[in-house]
Parts: sequence; C-alpha cells; structure tokens
Amino acid sequence: MDAKIATPVGERAKLSVRNLNFFYGSFHALKNINLDIPEKKVTAFIGPSGCGKSTLLRTLNRMFELYPEQRAEGQILLDGEDVLASKDDVSLIRAKIGMVFQKPTPFPMSIYDNIAFGVRLFETLPRVEMDERVEWALKKAALWTEVKDKLNQSGSGLSGGQQQRLCIARGIAIKPEVLLLDEPCSALDPISTGKIEELIHELKSDYTVAIVTHNMQQAARCSDYTAYMYLGDLIEFGPTAELFMKPKRKDTEDYITGRFG
Amino acid sequence: MTDKHLSTQFDAELSGISTRVLEMGGLVEAQVAQAVQALGDFSAESADEVLAREGRVNTMEIEIDKDLSTIIARRQPTARDLRLLIAISKSIANLERVGDEAARIARTVQRLVSGGVSSRLRLPMSDLAYEAELAIAQLRKSLDAFARLDVERALDVLKHDDEIDKEFDGLLRKLITYMMEDPRTISSSIDLVFVAKAIERVGDHAKNLAEVVIYVVKGQDVRHNTPEAVETMVR
Repeated sequence: MDAKIATPVGERAKLSVRNLNFFYGSFHALKNINLDIPEKKVTAFIGPSGCGKSTLLRTLNRMFELYPEQRAEGQILLDGEDVLASKDDVSLIRAKIGMVFQKPTPFPMSIYDNIAFGVRLFETLPRVEMDERVEWALKKAALWTEVKDKLNQSGSGLSGGQQQRLCIARGIAIKPEVLLLDEPCSALDPISTGKIEELIHELKSDYTVAIVTHNMQQAARCSDYTAYMYLGDLIEFGPTAELFMKPKRKDTEDYITGRFG
Repeated sequence: MTDKHLSTQFDAELSGISTRVLEMGGLVEAQVAQAVQALGDFSAESADEVLAREGRVNTMEIEIDKDLSTIIARRQPTARDLRLLIAISKSIANLERVGDEAARIARTVQRLVSGGVSSRLRLPMSDLAYEAELAIAQLRKSLDAFARLDVERALDVLKHDDEIDKEFDGLLRKLITYMMEDPRTISSSIDLVFVAKAIERVGDHAKNLAEVVIYVVKGQDVRHNTPEAVETMVR
C-alpha cells in the first residue's frame, strides 16, 4: 500500500493506526500499517491465513500483551489517545475496546452472571439497574427472548450461536466504544450467522465495529469498509461496495475472485 | 480471462457462457445481413428463413440468462467476474433486440414482395445496403471487443456510431425527396424508413455492447457520454 494513510473520506476516525509494526519474536507480522477505522461503521479485515488480520485486531486492544515475546511498535490512537503508550490499566482499555473471539467463550456461570460479571468490574450497580443492564445487553444481542426464562441456567448450556450472542452481549454490557470481532461466525450455522450479521448491523448505530473474517461474502454483506491484507501488508482499504465491485489493486481482485494461488 | 481461478470448474463456466454470447452474436449478425440481403434481392424466401431462425435467437437469450442465474447463485462472483456476468446479461438483451430488428426488416421484405412492389421502383437500395454494412461492421467489432475484452476496439465502436446516424439522416432526406417527386413511392418509402431506422438501432445495440466491454475491463459505467469523454474516462 502507498505510504499515505488509508482514511475513509467524510468519516470521523475512531481508531487511527499509525506506522504500526508487530513482531512475534523476530517474525515481522505487521509491516507499517496505516489506516483509520471510522466511527460507528463496520470495518472488515480480510485476507488469507497468516496475513496479519487477526494480529492487527489483537493489537487494537493490546490483547497481544498476554504473551511476552510479542511486541508492537507505532501508534494506535483511540480518539487521539495512544492505546499502545497508555499507562492505564489494560483492562480499562479493553473496557473501551471490547472483543469477541472465534470460539464462543461463555464463563462457567449463569447466563445472568456472564453479563453481570464484566459490569461489576467497572461499575457498582443496584440490583434493579443490573437487571436492566443485563436485559438491555441481551436484547441488543438479540438473545433476550430465547433466554429470558432461564437466566440462572449455565451459559454453556446454550447452542453455539446463542453462546456467541451471549459473548457479544457480555462485550456490549460494559458499554465499550469499539467492538472487535475475531471470526465471530466461523463456528456457527447459517441461521446463527445471519442473526449475528443482523446484530452487527444494529450495533453500528452505537459502536464502532471491526471484524476479521475468512468469509469474504460476510465482509461484503455486513461491512461498510473493507481492508485486504496480505503477508503483513495492508494492500487495499476502501468502501466495501467499491472493493468488491471494482478493487483498485489486482492483488485484491485476484483474492476476492478466487484467483489466489 | 487470462489468469485462472482456484476452481477450474468456475473458469469453464465463465468461458463457456462467454462463448455462447459470441455464438448468439454471430447468429444475430448473420440474421441482419440476410434480412438486408433479402431486401436487396426482393426475396420473400430469404426473409422467411430469417423469421424461421428468430426463435433460435430468443431461445439462446433465455438459455444464457438461465446459466447466468445459476453461476451467480452458485459462485457468488465478485469484482470483474461479477462485472462480466452483469455485462453478459446486458449484452444478450441487446443481441436479442438486434435479432428483433432483423426480423422487422424480414417482415418488411415479405410485405413489400406480397404487396407487389416492383424491384424496379426507384428506391435508394444501395444507400440502405451501405448503412447496413456500417452497422454490421460495428456489431462485429463490438463482439470482437467482447471476445478479447479489448477496450481500444470498444472505443473505436463508440467513435464510429455517429456515421450510421448520419447515414440514416441522409437516407431519410433522400426518401422524403422520392416521396415528394413520386407519390407512388410513398408506401414503400415509409417501409424503407422503418428499415433504415431498424439498421440504425442495430448500430446503437453495437454501441451498448461496446460500453459494457469497457465496464467489464475498467469497471466504469461510460453510458451517456460522448466518445471523447469516454476516452478521457478510461485513460
């Protein structure tokens, strides 16, 4: 990609990635990434395995810091504040930039507590308000009607699709500003996938969403902007409709049309 | 499409459907040529043959359309593959209309012959033949551009479209003069006006075809622009 920063026209940048390099030990996994993730839009990251898309997502909320041999250089600005340089507790950063993983990861506790657990870390709410918050999050995640009569049952008793929506509900319950979704539908059936995609569409009225997906059609269906990455480089970034209809780079076209070999 | 998909079956489907479009193009081109020839020869038999083959053109459009839907449903094409399939959908609609124009000319020939119009009647047949030559050349060139996804050739089609229009205007003036000079030619002259218009429409369809070729290759919709504007758009 050109040295210039990929900035969507007419959008406000929620997250600005500047000169970002990432290393797994000596392996250079992200190479000088520059892009702006627009506020209250869905930005999708696509590319073949090993292209760095999940790494980039994990960098955005410093999730990589769980592993000592991994390091990031450069800046990630959340509303102008550098996330990477921040001295704040990372859990505060992750409260602002929530994440949902590929495999549903419900906590081994009740559906209610799955949601309330994270909220209790940051807020002390009276029981009634906590009830409201749990209901609000489950409604937002389009799960409420399915679980409202079994809030005290274990979260792991839900189906895969329900578990993933539970994780999304958990993610939004603490009212983050950005939601990172790492392959949220790869383990789900088409109906559950459809529900999650519908949910992503709903969420963007309140949140900035970044999604990593192997499923190009999913990126085409539910994102406003798409970034194509390859071997740690950002190859192309632009409005999804444009990228899937008339990509600027031949590499992008070869990948999305299935000519990648 | 020079470079290949991971799926060779998809490649085969795309090249197969492109080939069928060219077959359809070849068929309608022959239809126009024969219809115009039938007019020059005052041959009702030849016009009958054109009309008999009209059904084949329609069937081809329907078959190609069906295959298009299947490919889109199964492959969910994107970028230039998607543009190619959209272009094919538009192209075959245009080619079918070319077939309709050929049939229109053929029916006019039938009417003129059965109406006892004499081939000796002074009518500008050679001008019509020339207009048809231009239109057929344009159609062939646009099909060629489609086959090779050749933008230069497509641009060439756009640049020459106004020649047919001019030829049509000239023919119209000539036919009006004939009608004023000799009222016996009015009925057949009006028939020829419609033939000239049909040929001019063939040229328009060729132009539409050339425009979709540019869309496939460049991803730009160049309709409703002057040839000069299109040239700056694609360069």
